[in-house]
Amino acid sequence: MLKQIEGSRAVAEAVALCRPEVICAYPISPQTHIVEALGEMVKEETLTDCEYINVESEFAAMSVAIGASAAGARSYTATASQGLLFMVEAVYNASGLGLPIVMTVANRAIGAPINIWNDHSDSLSQRDCGWIQLFAETNQEALDLHIQAFKLAEELSMPVMVCMDGFILTHAYERVDMPTQEQVDAYLPPYEPRQVLDPNEPVSIGAMVGPEAFTEVRYLAHAKQMQALERIPQLATEFNSVFGRDSGGLIHTYRTEDADTIVIAMGSVLGTIKDTVDAMRLPENGGHRIGVLGITSYRPFPLAAVADALKNCKRFVVLEKSLAVGIGGIVATDVRMAVTGMGLKGFTVVAGLGGRAITVKSLTALFEKAMRENLDLVTFLDLDWKAVNKQLEREKARRRTGPVAEALLRDVGVVGARNY
Amino acid sequence: MFQVRIHGRGGQGVVTAAEMLSVAAFEEGRHAQAFPSFGSERTGAPVVAFCRIADTEIRLREPIMVPDALIIQDPTLLHQVDVFAGLRPDGYILINTNKSFEELGLADFVKSHRAERLRTVSATDLALKHVGRPVPNVPLLGGFAAVSGIIRLESVIKAINDRFSGKVAEGNIAAATEAYKIVQMEMEAAHA
Repeated sequence: MLKQIEGSRAVAEAVALCRPEVICAYPISPQTHIVEALGEMVKEETLTDCEYINVESEFAAMSVAIGASAAGARSYTATASQGLLFMVEAVYNASGLGLPIVMTVANRAIGAPINIWNDHSDSLSQRDCGWIQLFAETNQEALDLHIQAFKLAEELSMPVMVCMDGFILTHAYERVDMPTQEQVDAYLPPYEPRQVLDPNEPVSIGAMVGPEAFTEVRYLAHAKQMQALERIPQLATEFNSVFGRDSGGLIHTYRTEDADTIVIAMGSVLGTIKDTVDAMRLPENGGHRIGVLGITSYRPFPLAAVADALKNCKRFVVLEKSLAVGIGGIVATDVRMAVTGMGLKGFTVVAGLGGRAITVKSLTALFEKAMRENLDLVTFLDLDWKAVNKQLEREKARRRTGPVAEALLRDVGVVGARNY
Repeated sequence: MFQVRIHGRGGQGVVTAAEMLSVAAFEEGRHAQAFPSFGSERTGAPVVAFCRIADTEIRLREPIMVPDALIIQDPTLLHQVDVFAGLRPDGYILINTNKSFEELGLADFVKSHRAERLRTVSATDLALKHVGRPVPNVPLLGGFAAVSGIIRLESVIKAINDRFSGKVAEGNIAAATEAYKIVQMEMEAAHA
């Protein structure tokens, strides 16, 4: 059924259709509307057979999810930014124990400086935590990925993060096709745990493992993610046959067949990139042969699929909403591994940090430079060099320059954070 | 694609207006995308929200920098925020005020704009009259339907019923309808 609703609402309704049995939640922007909506559904009894647990922190949220999942319940939570960081110890335990929790990450920057806006720093900080990470391009895909995530998580007994751009998607009203309960039931079978705390068949979960078997247990987690590389495209195909939509999978390509230059990105910025690429391909704009590769599955990282998508291009640009301080790109590092030996020119572009708008205008200028191979290996899109250099000069000139964030805000002429 | 930017203050229902406009467009079978300028919401602080309307899927996620239309929910913003930034010369402007463009000191600014696309409506008064609260967002949507012709009043009413129920819905429908009629009458008077 077509609906014009907020992304958060769409995700909450999709999660409810997945018949979760335990939802534990601690609110943090921009995830709040999702768990609020689910809380209302439980209270109004439109979502039944589900326990909604208000917890005292994100650490508690993941801990409760672990307990619930180990007891055999289909478990869900959501978080973002500092909330994700606060639950990290439990995040690693959930994956290390092989518990199929599904969590929405409404992607948001990490402080300091304090910033509530969107980028991918939060979930990418958990790159190596052992969770599968799927990135949604639209609210439709966010909704669809949650349904796929429960199935994937439970089949493999491994937790899945569904990552959607905070505010840009969570707070956007757009058209979504909401599936029926019958469709979701046909796709997603009841949860059958591989391990469960059952008083009739007692087990303990969470043994201490020494050097004799630790590597093997960890290798098995890796092997499961390699299995996920095979299952994710299959689940997307099965999803398409039930719901009639091409959502999920490892990657999405767009106009790459004849492209000399391919732009690689994750999440909602892919829409703006596609519009930019369409315009640049017009004969009156130079008829540039440029295409787009969207990465849906960030973990496991689809090395072979990425290499295959890039096999006919000459150069690629990885545009990422994240920064590995001290080297540059995070996603770009993985892409470079995928194309090892292919002789391609690759450029890393850090963009959209802390909610900075990524515009068609800036992207067009950037891609034109990339096509001329006139880009640095790492570029910061729309960086205010004047403000940066002013601070660098200040720091050269004297010792007591004070806090950086406050100095920059003064230089750009605002007393507090400005969003428009 | 038609792009609308709505300016107001926290508490005036700026974000709700953009969302409801998108619902009204959806009711007409069109694609629509509404989103706020994200930030720490505070009552009284300047707030911006956006709505795109198109016949095909909307993929663009940048803020609206070159709007086809502006809805200004609070005229005190005129001297605080560059509300007109990027407005197309043939763009629409609807301001919530009981003053004229001249009285607001905008006579010179709007000289280069198409007069029939510039309207004011006293939406706060209409909201007080029909809803009992000074929330101008919904009556402005009625006025916007009249000045722009981009959406129909009946779609705005559907969006109101989608969002509100009972007395609040009834009051907002009455306020939006009256705003629509006022703006439409002004337009007809201008044509005559």
